[in-house]
Amino acid sequence: MNAAGIIFSNLHDRHVPELTRTRTMASVPFACRYRLIDFALSNMVNSGISNISVITHDNYRSLMEHIGSGKDWDLARRSGGVKLLPPFITAHANVHNELYSSRLEALKSIAYSINEMKEDYVVLSDCDVICNIDLTAVIHDHIEHGADMTMIVKRLPVVTADERSRTIFEVDNDGRIVDCIKQPEAGLRDKDVSLNIWVATRTYLQSAVQDAIAHGYKSFTHDVISKNASRRNYRVYRFGGTYADIYSMAGYFKESMALLSDHERWDSLFNVDNRPILTRVRNSPPTKYFKGAQVSNSMIADGCRIEGRVENSIIFRGVRVGPHAVVKNSILFQDAYIGEDADLNCVIADKNVIIRERVRLSGHPELPFYIDKSTML
Amino acid sequence: MFMYKKKECVAMLLAGGQGSRLYTLTERVAKPAVPFGGKYRIIDFPLSNCVHSDIDTVGVLTQYQPLVLNEYIGNGQPWDLDRNYGGVMVLPPYQGKKGGDWYRGTANAIYQNLNFIRRYDPDYVLILSGDHIYNMDYNKMLEAHKQNGADATIAVIEVPIEEASRFGIMNTDDDMRIIEFEEKPPQPKSNKASMGIYIFNTDILTDYLIRDEADENSAKDFGKNIIPAMLEDGLKMYAYPFVGYWKDVGTLDSFWEANMDLLGENPVFDLYSGKKVFSRTEARPPQYIGASAELSDSLITEGCEIYGKVEHSVLFGDVRIEPGAVVRDSILMGNISVEAGAVIEYAIIDSDCSIGAKAQVGKSRAAGGKLTIVGAETEISPKQVVPDGIMVAAGSTEYKKEA
Repeated sequence: MNAAGIIFSNLHDRHVPELTRTRTMASVPFACRYRLIDFALSNMVNSGISNISVITHDNYRSLMEHIGSGKDWDLARRSGGVKLLPPFITAHANVHNELYSSRLEALKSIAYSINEMKEDYVVLSDCDVICNIDLTAVIHDHIEHGADMTMIVKRLPVVTADERSRTIFEVDNDGRIVDCIKQPEAGLRDKDVSLNIWVATRTYLQSAVQDAIAHGYKSFTHDVISKNASRRNYRVYRFGGTYADIYSMAGYFKESMALLSDHERWDSLFNVDNRPILTRVRNSPPTKYFKGAQVSNSMIADGCRIEGRVENSIIFRGVRVGPHAVVKNSILFQDAYIGEDADLNCVIADKNVIIRERVRLSGHPELPFYIDKSTML
Repeated sequence: MFMYKKKECVAMLLAGGQGSRLYTLTERVAKPAVPFGGKYRIIDFPLSNCVHSDIDTVGVLTQYQPLVLNEYIGNGQPWDLDRNYGGVMVLPPYQGKKGGDWYRGTANAIYQNLNFIRRYDPDYVLILSGDHIYNMDYNKMLEAHKQNGADATIAVIEVPIEEASRFGIMNTDDDMRIIEFEEKPPQPKSNKASMGIYIFNTDILTDYLIRDEADENSAKDFGKNIIPAMLEDGLKMYAYPFVGYWKDVGTLDSFWEANMDLLGENPVFDLYSGKKVFSRTEARPPQYIGASAELSDSLITEGCEIYGKVEHSVLFGDVRIEPGAVVRDSILMGNISVEAGAVIEYAIIDSDCSIGAKAQVGKSRAAGGKLTIVGAETEISPKQVVPDGIMVAAGSTEYKKEA
């Protein structure tokens, strides 16, 4: 594939502040064994993209560890592969260091890397939308229409309040973008909502970034799209498949639980022929269910030891649920330990959480009880 | 090669055997590539042991049905054996200037690969086989070998004396020096069974292999020829006693038992304690346990979807158990579907099989049933009955009936 990839790992961190306190949006755990970036990476790899740059901002230790050499996505390549682009900080006395705060500034900060790319097209993706998409089709559509940029969108009959942080594209009858609306109000009808994944012609992207540097532009939607929509060929590509949008903690909880209630949804994300979602392999033993374990409607990763009861829950790798413990409607991240007779309902337990014997915790679906990483309760 | 430092110890893993007593399980794969314990293959155990023992150079000698094994080992990355110098190397029989030859016995296999060993100039050679399940630190054995100033050290494990006549038995003096070796003795004098794990000083091994190769009457076998010859010459040979779990999975019954040893509250062999066993795994989706599922005392792996009942069993990846189906005392290898109402009792089902609705495979172990085997890529049609003690060959259409 004649395309390179760029992934924004930190944009939208503030949507799930608890989960991103020590990690990037890209490395937020999801669905038992994945991190959000796995979807962006897998979509690209499955479309034959093998030169991927990941732009980071802060807190990217967990992301570096997750990606490692890139081997698990077949991205440990002699040329290309995956590389992290950390923020550029210089010790030069006359330069004022500032971390980027917007998408366009992030692109400006990696202008050098974009100029180095040899591929004719670039696919850019955030990490807040989960979907399994055939990017090849989007790139072909982009080429066919001679577009400068093709934004992947979801056509919504009614825009809800959950979409308030998204961008909406106003489109003419040919699918060409004429304007965009930021922070849309709820209730708008028949709109194309951005999935924050798009294809750009590399030379165009280069010139847009150089232009932004020259003029000190800051906003991608305002200074690039709105300003140039009448002159440039910006288009939308309507994606009809499943997508999950992580816009808040409640949204994270809801989208996770939706995997359990809707099996077709699960299949359309994880069981698509020739488009597997790849992730870091941890080499855990199989999960062990002891005598007396009761498990129903739950998704469980390998390496767990289940002695108690697990219902409607998502259990990550290496979790232990002790005898007579009850875990309901909850999400337990890697290596959580649930002691004997403990009782959890609507809980999100971050990595390495320890819940002691007989502790009872309950949240609400709209306000799940979040337990910080490595906490003992 | 001057820039690389020599290796102290190189491991040679004999993985060419057919494992004929595993019958249909080794019809298409070599014994070391037979799946084990939900997500492993037998060879993962010696390979992981090597890595945990700081042995980073391993030659894997393959011969019988090597395709799956070769692909599985690949560049060795899952075991951290993709090294710039050393690492894991698959060593098939090859053709040389004087013609080529299959491996004719364990000793001949190593003999044909003396050049591989010489490249690394090791002081010691560790010989391993690919048919045992165990966790062992070979380093400790090597330490003992050095401390004893031995020419050869053989790892032994104490077996019940009544079973000793099934093994190669080492008779030693009080210092563990081997004074006699008896292959499957009818009246065993000791219960120290050879584990098929040897450490030799490289020079001595080379010397004996060359001599053995020249001997036309030799069976070219470590147990039959090399070890007896060394003993006869009075070399310093020591037994290294290993304490821990060790199981030969050379027969269907022992293979089933070894898998079941992983189960239970306090398993005989615990995958969760001790050093991690590495394996090549693909990223599969997590397992999904449906509302109607009943699970007890089982190991279940990624990619499985369970809606039925699973008891005291080991399930590999991508197994689907439909509602009302029952799996008990069984091993189900990867990519198997068990349709609604089917019953599998005390059986080993090899990969890529489908068991039709209300079909019955095997008979309850509690009711005196015998172990039943279904080979790979076999379809059992709905309502078919596979009697206990039967072995259905891989790809058999015997139980495939048109609806």
